[in-house]
Amino acid sequence: MSGVSVCGVGIHPFGRFEGVSITDMGVVAVRAALAEANVGRGGFQAAFCGTAYGGVASGHKVLGALGMTGMPIVDVEAGCASGSAALMLAAGAIAAGQYDTVLVFGIEKMPKGIIRSSFFEPWQEEAGLAATPAYFALRAQRLMAASGVTKEHLASVVVKNRRHGAANPDAMFRSEVDATSVLGSRVICEPLHLWMLCTPNEGAAAVVLQRTNEGEDGRVRLAAAVLRSHVPGSVLSESTPLAGTVDDTIPAASTLAATDAYERAGVGPSDLDVVECQDTDAARELLSYEELGLCPAGGAASFLEGGATTLGGRLPVNPSGGLLSKGEPLGASALGQVVELTRQLRAQATGRQVQGARVALAHTVGRGANAGVVILTR
Amino acid sequence: MSGVVPVREGLFTADPPRLVGSLCDACGGHHFPRHETCPYCAADGARPVELSPTGRLWAFTAVTAPPPGYRGEVPFGFGVVELPEGIRIVTRLTESDPSRLTPGQPMRLTVVPLHADDDGNQVVTYAFAPDRGRNDVADPIDEAAR
Ligand SMILES: [Zn+2]
Repeated sequence: MSGVSVCGVGIHPFGRFEGVSITDMGVVAVRAALAEANVGRGGFQAAFCGTAYGGVASGHKVLGALGMTGMPIVDVEAGCASGSAALMLAAGAIAAGQYDTVLVFGIEKMPKGIIRSSFFEPWQEEAGLAATPAYFALRAQRLMAASGVTKEHLASVVVKNRRHGAANPDAMFRSEVDATSVLGSRVICEPLHLWMLCTPNEGAAAVVLQRTNEGEDGRVRLAAAVLRSHVPGSVLSESTPLAGTVDDTIPAASTLAATDAYERAGVGPSDLDVVECQDTDAARELLSYEELGLCPAGGAASFLEGGATTLGGRLPVNPSGGLLSKGEPLGASALGQVVELTRQLRAQATGRQVQGARVALAHTVGRGANAGVVILTR
Repeated sequence: MSGVVPVREGLFTADPPRLVGSLCDACGGHHFPRHETCPYCAADGARPVELSPTGRLWAFTAVTAPPPGYRGEVPFGFGVVELPEGIRIVTRLTESDPSRLTPGQPMRLTVVPLHADDDGNQVVTYAFAPDRGRNDVADPIDEAAR
């Protein structure tokens, strides 16, 4: 039986890079991934490029700069999950027999300051309803009430991820922080303080996928790449509606994606060795534990407290430092997770290696709603 | 001539303050803002209804920095209010200090000013205010003021 394998990954660090264009960053990541895969010009039959703010033909500009055009190049926008969407399309095309080798990359150069999203209508902006961190704060407050999560737990997530990120040369923030400083940073939207929120930034990541026969060469296998949107009704869903129902049993988009991915990959949450998840804010990471089934509903606080998700624990989450350390370049972030997990499965994650990792899950979720779950195995 | 204009026509009425939503006869779902096609069951022909002006506070925070495209004052309250119809509404709150709000407290719809537009009109929107009239949840600050 044939499958899809990851035969090369590359990354341009995430951060702020004055004078470096989005195309320049894409070139760095793509070059690195192609070199690792030993794939040159003409060696891939299609390319999918994830970006949310890149503009028209962003992917073409990158491959044009490398002198590698001619094949279909498709730009993919799915908010925070743009890279997951690109990966899903590429993997699906390979599985369907359309291509043997596909390049997938994600690029972003986020505007500085408060980011205007075309998602909101002008009247919503005028009424102050385009307040993105406020939606995160409401979700955090509900999670705190439902799962016994305190502000100290939120600070612990930041401390953990910043500690992990200190060992990641591609992260934006590489210094450790303590809980007192996190709780001492300015309140953005109660209960969320500045340091509990990730920073939108710049970066690029690339992955080369190839058809592989089972048992071939010990490569990292892409066991599932799933994208799902929301089922309507949940008022705090990432679909960011203006109203919802009182039905609290509506599954989250992340749960839909995870359930689908577990089934396709033939694994469950208990089989996972390492996870990269969406920590747009500290509460979002804890909510992800529950939505992905890493712990029971209501169990996020105790799962964190027990140290399971810290490096050295039973299921390290965000060994890369997560978005809280790396920052979030929308189009690149999901593929950045795949780069990290590929290195984890190859035992190449110096200073942050999860020992013996064989099954890994990456999760992104954002406006749309768009939720992506990727499972990699070795 | 300057006057008072809603931030968007068709969202709410000002006197008395009421949100204009819709009701789907096929599944019984309430929507806000008004939808023609029901997001829950995809049936067409949802009809406009006025939503209840009172409800209970379900979630709340405050916005401390002006969001994109917003020209009004900060901080302002922001939250979700649950109405008796079984619908939860994302809304501004008139109370901008979260420590003065309690989950589940009664709330009442009101209309608040946002900013003046280029023609000198006062632009207004909907918001929920603590409902002092039916305050069955202790509010220590108000107790002290009485
Ligand atoms: Zn309906």
